[in-house]
Amino acid sequence: MKRTIELNGNRYDMPAEVGNVQELLGHLELAERIVIVEMNRDILAKDAYDLPINDRDQIEIIHFVGGG
Amino acid sequence: MSERYSRQELFAPIGEDGQIQIRKASIFILGAGALGSSGAEMLVRAGVGRVTIVDRDIIEWTNLHRQQLYTEQDVIEQLPKAVAAEKRLTAINSDVAVTGIVVDVTQQNVLDLMTGHDLVLDATDNIETRLLANDAALKLGIPFFMGACVGSYGLTFPIGIQDNQPCLHCILETLPSQTLTCDTVGVISPIVVTTAARQVADVLKYITRIPFEPKLESADLWTGDRASIGVASMKKAGCPSCSENAVYPFLSARESMKTAVLCGRDTVQLSWPTSRKFELIPFAESIRGSVSKLIHNPHLVACEYNGHRIVLFRDGRMLVHGTKDVVTARNIAARLLG
Ligand SMILES: [Zn+2]
Repeated sequence: MKRTIELNGNRYDMPAEVGNVQELLGHLELAERIVIVEMNRDILAKDAYDLPINDRDQIEIIHFVGGG
Repeated sequence: MSERYSRQELFAPIGEDGQIQIRKASIFILGAGALGSSGAEMLVRAGVGRVTIVDRDIIEWTNLHRQQLYTEQDVIEQLPKAVAAEKRLTAINSDVAVTGIVVDVTQQNVLDLMTGHDLVLDATDNIETRLLANDAALKLGIPFFMGACVGSYGLTFPIGIQDNQPCLHCILETLPSQTLTCDTVGVISPIVVTTAARQVADVLKYITRIPFEPKLESADLWTGDRASIGVASMKKAGCPSCSENAVYPFLSARESMKTAVLCGRDTVQLSWPTSRKFELIPFAESIRGSVSKLIHNPHLVACEYNGHRIVLFRDGRMLVHGTKDVVTARNIAARLLG
């Protein structure tokens, strides 16, 4: 089933192979990074990254970078 | 000169009273690179009372596309950033007492440097120094306006604005093995200016006593991605940096980077605290485009960078060959590891 979510304020069509938050981070090449993930207005603990992503979920991801 | 700030005073939330508060403000700017240049220029033009800007680096050609305080002549003269910044900022607004200090900010000097200022503007280039500044600002009871950017992406987080808000240590559950840096993935100037602008807007709200909710915010100017997360729930009751029984671990020797000049070898060794875990393969991949002669094995990553042979060991040690200067070595580490 096609799932369209809101990711960081933009419409995002979920790739079929991405089921949960951890897989989304991998797909976005953020799995190795320090991230804060908010899903439907709640901040997710690391052990909740196996939560499935559903159609119309709202996800915000902020990753930490070094530069300045 | 009374009309100098008239357009800023005309902005109703600031007004004449706000301008008086701005005039009283004493600002510590940690770093005179891209964010430091941009933030310092805005604050000096706004008419703050005093600015101290610190940096360990000299100006290079590769800085000029984004570090707005500097000129070609500064590169030719090999000026330290803090020196050139002081000169330029004073020329922009002689009302402001600007002091540039050429120094590597460490656990030994950070409290002395920051004492006497009302707030700290983050413009450093690495996470170690951010955590050090987080601890120092919390210990001194002044806010720390975090900002960082690489590529077309930047993030900001004001710390110490509300009593019950998390600090940087609270929201970084584990220390990153490495973060993206401007020397590994590049950077464009619009995100520098955007990130600095958000920091300075929060600074102006703070010094003119406008209440606001400190949020973790990000923007990517290339993709249009943006996020704004209220992280209040991430406050950790027992945080070693911001709880009632804070021990400020990054101000103590154990949690800080150690440096040693290896005698007779023209080499500096940097050792990170054990809390920072290094993943060699992701590190090697991240620097592949920026270095030459890259080798990695289960024990180490070795490469050449800017004429220096660099070796990072799994246990958190880095050797920087071809220099006896600790500051040069720390600089290289910050560029590659963040
Ligand atoms: Zn904390």
